[in-house]
Amino acid sequence: MKRTWLITLLVLTMTTILWGCGGGKPSASGGKTSVLDGGAGQSATELSYWTFVELHGQHFEKMLEKWNKENPERQIKLNVTVMPYDDMHNKLSIAVQTGVGAPDIADIELGKFPDFLKGTPQLEPLNDVIDPYRDTVVKSRIDLYSKDGKNYGVPTHVGASVAFYNTEILKEAGVDYTKIVTWEDFKQAGIKVHEKTGKYMGTADTSALWQVSQLLAQQGTDLTDDQGNPVVNSEAMVKALKLLKDLQDNNVIATIAGGQPDTEEAYGEFNSGNYATAFMPLWQMSRYTNYMTDLAGKIAIAPIPVMEKGMPRSVGGGGTGTVVTKTAKDVKLAKDFLAFAKLSLDANKEIWNTLGFDPVNMDVWNMKDVTHNPENKFVKYFVNNPFDVLNEIKDEIRLIKSTPASPTINNVLCTVTLNEIFEDGKDIKQALDDAQAQIEQELK
Amino acid sequence: MVKRFLYSQKVAPYVFVLPFVLVFLVFWIYPLASSVGMSFQKVTLGQEAQWIGFDNYAKLMGDKTFFKAVTNSAVYMVLTLVILIPFPMLFAVLINSRLMWGREFFKSSFFFPALTSVVVAGTIFRLMFGEMEGSLINSILGWFGLDPVKFLKGQATGYIALVALATWRWTGVNILYFLSGLKSIPDDYYEAASIDGASSWQKFTRITMPLLKPTTIYVVTISIYAGLAMFIESMMLWNGNNSPKNIGLTIVGYLYRQGIEKNNLGYAAAVGVVLLAITMIINLAQLAFSGMFKKEE
Repeated sequence: MKRTWLITLLVLTMTTILWGCGGGKPSASGGKTSVLDGGAGQSATELSYWTFVELHGQHFEKMLEKWNKENPERQIKLNVTVMPYDDMHNKLSIAVQTGVGAPDIADIELGKFPDFLKGTPQLEPLNDVIDPYRDTVVKSRIDLYSKDGKNYGVPTHVGASVAFYNTEILKEAGVDYTKIVTWEDFKQAGIKVHEKTGKYMGTADTSALWQVSQLLAQQGTDLTDDQGNPVVNSEAMVKALKLLKDLQDNNVIATIAGGQPDTEEAYGEFNSGNYATAFMPLWQMSRYTNYMTDLAGKIAIAPIPVMEKGMPRSVGGGGTGTVVTKTAKDVKLAKDFLAFAKLSLDANKEIWNTLGFDPVNMDVWNMKDVTHNPENKFVKYFVNNPFDVLNEIKDEIRLIKSTPASPTINNVLCTVTLNEIFEDGKDIKQALDDAQAQIEQELK
Repeated sequence: MVKRFLYSQKVAPYVFVLPFVLVFLVFWIYPLASSVGMSFQKVTLGQEAQWIGFDNYAKLMGDKTFFKAVTNSAVYMVLTLVILIPFPMLFAVLINSRLMWGREFFKSSFFFPALTSVVVAGTIFRLMFGEMEGSLINSILGWFGLDPVKFLKGQATGYIALVALATWRWTGVNILYFLSGLKSIPDDYYEAASIDGASSWQKFTRITMPLLKPTTIYVVTISIYAGLAMFIESMMLWNGNNSPKNIGLTIVGYLYRQGIEKNNLGYAAAVGVVLLAITMIINLAQLAFSGMFKKEE
């Protein structure tokens, strides 16, 4: 009797352990893999592509079909693997550095890109394939993914920050969003909205730097100085956070589940109409059409308020650099395809059509037949046309530099500092000084 | 010759333990030694490692985030010990009691959570402890007229969520350990005690607890280790390794952040060595205190 018991126990313990492993695996090896053949024949070369945004795969699918049609001799099958953000970057980092198991093509998010440029980048320089398109695309977006004059990543979009207003809530409160120019206007409107509807005008982001970047860009400053050293306790930074804190204290903005508008929890909050505004890069549009379907026909796009009239009203936010790894099976093919899929005029049109991003080829911004196509799902979803706003702020889109210190700055501010300020009400100057000290310590 | 060798009473035992010794050397001693070595180096994948002496440890001593991680792991370990030793023991005794109705049912239902994967359980607990009014825990608080709580954004409430997850998951496993210990206590002792007029409580404290001691020591030992090495639970509960204000950051989480996320393997190795030291010190102290190193009488 005793022995049966012991055996049962042993078996149970072992199954637990095995179950534990089995359960962990899917998230460990990560994500979904699918092979896109794009009409390719038998002789096609199979290239692998890792991304952390499922939608990016859809864009490549379209461009792949075109490529295979135009290049019957150099057809490609694309093996797309979608993984969660952290997972994908961690795995990619290990794979490129050890030279084992890396894909041919991969998406790297701006916030993580500097990590991949450390030392000798294990990525292929793309200058030769970018050159033919260099004059047509926004230079600063390519510079983001460059080191010592070599371009390692192909940009996806400009990421111009704009305001997304829920017109239904604003109407209920009697607020006209087109009249909001300065943050003071925004504050007064927000007070009205909270009084009339009990809802919040906007979010106090604790896990992302979109708002902070926007407010710094308006003042013409950055998170780092000219040498790329962190300066997160600058006067401009204190001013930016004081402004946001004041909005929070007046019930104009409030923290949101998920910590920022671009999270699953926040999509739900927005979709239920609990927050009226999101200040986000333009690519947030695709999140509206995909995850916040109840808001169709209610969201208007406008320039972001400024501290004083005349300040620049936008900043490029986020970004994905697509790279070719040193270990790619066919480097030349991967590079040519990448340039075709992301930099050609067709590609730039499709980036708008499929993804709803503001393409880096700004000529597309003025192609009315593309931007105002009534059949386009983004044109249909939003109250006004995003390109009307984009063209208005075109020359005011500033940039927050990406430096080797950036990943650490993001990490400290987004996990600790913003939470301390907006959730715990810690003194702003103190919180920022602590952050600066912590960042300097980590960068030692 | 071969036969003589295999049948030799002197050699056979070594042949049988050889697989274990090999596995132990390759998967335990070698990684351990190389981690200790790495902790004195600056290691960046794909580049030659440099020896830097005690720099990693010096940096570690001034690293507030590391101390935050150590505190978190320690608090978590203590909380799990406080809950996951006495309660499972009590439940095991209840389940083992002759008077208990539906024993098998309780045994399996307590054990069931251990069969789920941490990934799934963590995700579900994240949703349960969500900060929205509609999340499970907040709706329950709502019935009592309480305001919604942002569980995963506060230190104390974060621990509650973590410990709730651990309790839900491991109570059943510990019950099984204790049950197997209880099965090895002969009924004669209890009968004799009954004849002498001992109460149930006396039987529990004078017979059950002392005789369960080896099991208890074992459970405490693995719980200390499991508590200090916890990582996936926190990672799943906060949907990543970066919890607000690092309230869910554990020692292993910090090791992962430095080694994998920041590609600073030497520093991560130093974190690992410190974790090993802490675990060993606590466990050896605990084992010495409970008399495990004394010769059996």
